[in-house]
Amino acid sequence: MILQALAFYVFAAVTIASGAMVVMSRNPVYSVLFLILAFFNAAGLFVLIGAEFVAMILVIVYVGAVAVLFLFVVMMLDINIAKLREGFLEYLPIGALIGIVLAGEILVALGVFGHVPSTLTALGATGPKVTQIENTRAIGQVLYTQYFYLFQVAGAVLLVAMIGAIVLTLRSRPGVRRQKVGDQLYRSKDQTISVVKVPSRGGV
Amino acid sequence: MWTIGLGHYLFVSAVLFTFGVFGIFVNRKNVIVILMCVELMLLAVNINLVAFSVFQGNVVGQIFAMLVLTVAAAEAAIGLAIIVVYFRNRGTIEVEDISAMKG
Repeated sequence: MILQALAFYVFAAVTIASGAMVVMSRNPVYSVLFLILAFFNAAGLFVLIGAEFVAMILVIVYVGAVAVLFLFVVMMLDINIAKLREGFLEYLPIGALIGIVLAGEILVALGVFGHVPSTLTALGATGPKVTQIENTRAIGQVLYTQYFYLFQVAGAVLLVAMIGAIVLTLRSRPGVRRQKVGDQLYRSKDQTISVVKVPSRGGV
Repeated sequence: MWTIGLGHYLFVSAVLFTFGVFGIFVNRKNVIVILMCVELMLLAVNINLVAFSVFQGNVVGQIFAMLVLTVAAAEAAIGLAIIVVYFRNRGTIEVEDISAMKG
């Protein structure tokens, strides 16, 4: 029990610290790297609590895809880091004020919910119990039956996002010679062959 | 202290969410960091959902967390594509310069 608690505190501390560093660090590349660290430690928190499948999805999808996408974009854009940091101290007071107010509100709400009310526990009677079967099996049993249409909609959302990203970034640059297969296939004989009458001893 | 309850997870998620909001207000110039802060807030929401799901013994919260993850991935892809196109056209990604729509 103590080991579990220690692991929780380590994961939570690193998650929060790297979350702070995402906001604070000067270089956006470091921000992305701290974001990856935060995701890894959040996955650790999920594993501790017994939600292994979401933890693995988090590592694979976020660290493997989204964070690497961020890293590519940050490194691809030639941005002036010093210029982007100019307003940091200017906006610090208002940001800190809003942050403190928000944190206070959330902590007040958390104090109310500190012990889970019995009504909330009674809500959990519908789905399969998390502790009785493995986490992945429990998710599969609910996801592919009860929430099947939601699953399909999630796939559609991803498809739309993929097409949208491709359409946004695709461009046809002038001056680039590119093979046009359609034009090649649709050439007819009279466009390409011309019969020339060559006079004798005259040449072409 | 040595038994980890729902409150501990809620505390972590609350602090992360606050950092996300704080980052949006502080990094007013860099769109990429703002997108990262949005991802941080979504991570906090996911921690909340999974913690409630496990402590209530109801697996539906984890399914919703996966859907939030899907939407977050889609949002990151579209947002970064827009940033790339904007940078290609204007050569900068400062938020205050983005005023083409007079909003």
